[in-house]
Amino acid sequence: MRKTPRPFRFVTVHELKEMLGRTAWDERELLLGIEEVPPESIRYHTHSYFLRGRHLVSPYPNDFATWAAVQVRDRVLGEQLAVVDPFDYPDLEALRSEFVTIIDRHLASLQTVPRIVYGEPFHFMRSVVLEIPTEVEARTLREFREALAHVEVGALYFHFFYAVARDRQDANPVRWVEEELGLPDLAAAIRHTSPYFKSLERLRGELVALCDRFLEA
Amino acid sequence: MEAARLDAYRAVAPQGAVETLWRLAERVRGRTLVHVNSTRFGGGVAEMLHRYVPLLEELGVRTRWEVISGPEEFFRVTKSLHNALQGQEQPLPDALLRTYVEVNRENASRLDLEADVVLVHDPQPLALVDFVERSGRWVWRCHIDVSHPQRRAWGFLRPFVVKYDAAIFSLEKFAQRLPIPQYLIHPSIDPLSEKNRELSEDEVDAVLTRLGIPRDKPILLQVSRFDRFKDPVGVIQAYRMVKRHEDCRLVLAGGTADDDPEGAQVLAEVMEAAEGDPEIHVLVLPPTADHEINALQRAATVVIQKSLREGFGLTVTEGMWKGKPVVGGFAGGITAQIIYGVTGYTVNSVEGLAFRIRYLLNNPDLARQMGENAREHVRQNFLIVRDLADHLALVSTLLGLT
Repeated sequence: MRKTPRPFRFVTVHELKEMLGRTAWDERELLLGIEEVPPESIRYHTHSYFLRGRHLVSPYPNDFATWAAVQVRDRVLGEQLAVVDPFDYPDLEALRSEFVTIIDRHLASLQTVPRIVYGEPFHFMRSVVLEIPTEVEARTLREFREALAHVEVGALYFHFFYAVARDRQDANPVRWVEEELGLPDLAAAIRHTSPYFKSLERLRGELVALCDRFLEA
Repeated sequence: MEAARLDAYRAVAPQGAVETLWRLAERVRGRTLVHVNSTRFGGGVAEMLHRYVPLLEELGVRTRWEVISGPEEFFRVTKSLHNALQGQEQPLPDALLRTYVEVNRENASRLDLEADVVLVHDPQPLALVDFVERSGRWVWRCHIDVSHPQRRAWGFLRPFVVKYDAAIFSLEKFAQRLPIPQYLIHPSIDPLSEKNRELSEDEVDAVLTRLGIPRDKPILLQVSRFDRFKDPVGVIQAYRMVKRHEDCRLVLAGGTADDDPEGAQVLAEVMEAAEGDPEIHVLVLPPTADHEINALQRAATVVIQKSLREGFGLTVTEGMWKGKPVVGGFAGGITAQIIYGVTGYTVNSVEGLAFRIRYLLNNPDLARQMGENAREHVRQNFLIVRDLADHLALVSTLLGLT
């Protein structure tokens, strides 16, 4: 089994939640908010959902879609926003642009702006992500597999969501598997594991199973 | 009972959470932190600080706890401010507000507030910030529901709030228009404290026997201060509606806090409403009755928290941690803790409470499943390990130690 001189060092995260003091009471205010809030707010309401919703999930895996569907009771907009997979977009600005386009087009087709009647307003938040190095590192595929199986879920979030989205090559596990372990097929399989419809624990299970397949081969 | 050390939390907290806490603490080790509040006993804040301080010390963060003092008139005005911030109309004459400021001024000269980070809890000591020479960073930790504050009260307090370096609220909807950073930190419970540790059935039986509560029928339980915002009379009304169909007992267990002069009056109203029914048990417990509350929550069939206003509602978290379905008022943090139909129900009326209690009593399998979901939800989100990590992350962010 190949042992690389450059180990993969696992880093976990702690997310501090900052409230922006900005609320939306209708879908136009949601649109304006999405246009104007800092990128880390878009991250909070999309990618970071996976860090928070570990066991009991809300209807959709992004806060904008859930608010439209549950609080405004506009199921059409909720569905249109829910289908946006944040992992399909190269950066947060592209993701923001997609949400803006969808809501703008939706509002253009309506006579009145849907707003909450009995529901709660939308509160814009921002993620402050603190990176925390762990002592866990891997030099072989077996060590990598063991680390994936036991590292805390915050580390899975950091390496498979946060670092990939920020193009942090030093923390990108797919790149390490491909270049350091020399396993392009496993790297490709991990790359095709879409995290959007999974909890982090389920993602962990799939990653471990993929490693096992290559270890047995 | 000796307080648990951090290593003991590995058995109950999510995987890796304690390690993360140690690593966060490394960043702020050697720095000083001081908490300031208005009472050492009674109420959720004092209870929380009794656990925070030793655990932070164990993590290497030098931590003190200062308590402001004042005459009875001061606590009358802070109670009025507290109620007004939670949306209740209150007379706030200028003379009382002057007392509030003056008592804060006196405390500022008496207390040791020298630290890298000063965490001021709730409105009582809020004005301290005006009377000190600040060397560290000051944070206002607001535990109460300020989603609809009375304008005069907020207008009076806001000039003090904006002098802080940051504010912490318990829920998104409590955020205000402020020129300082505002952070969301959900309060938490200590799973290893006397109030929340595992108890044997024998221990539970012994407590219930001592309190004179037979375990011969389902027990409905509300644990809270005798406070109008907790609507104990509304709970009795709902119980009477349930009682027409289901044989059960109601236990209202609570006490009063040092800083709450209204408690005795509300208790008298509760006793009057409960009169004539021996299956309503009104228990006035001392602030130290953690073991008794633990046993009562474990003996309960349904836990109730019918608050009309609520900062967060830690008794909800406690009930959930004991694996009980909780029916709570649609107020404050109760809506963030109870996932409707998954861990319990939120209700908006006495009738709604009566309906959900009957529903749960008639569907015991569902009630058991909800209780299991509730415990897991608390494990992931509302244990002290996460709360301490949030505070350490905030301290390191404020001190630029990230």
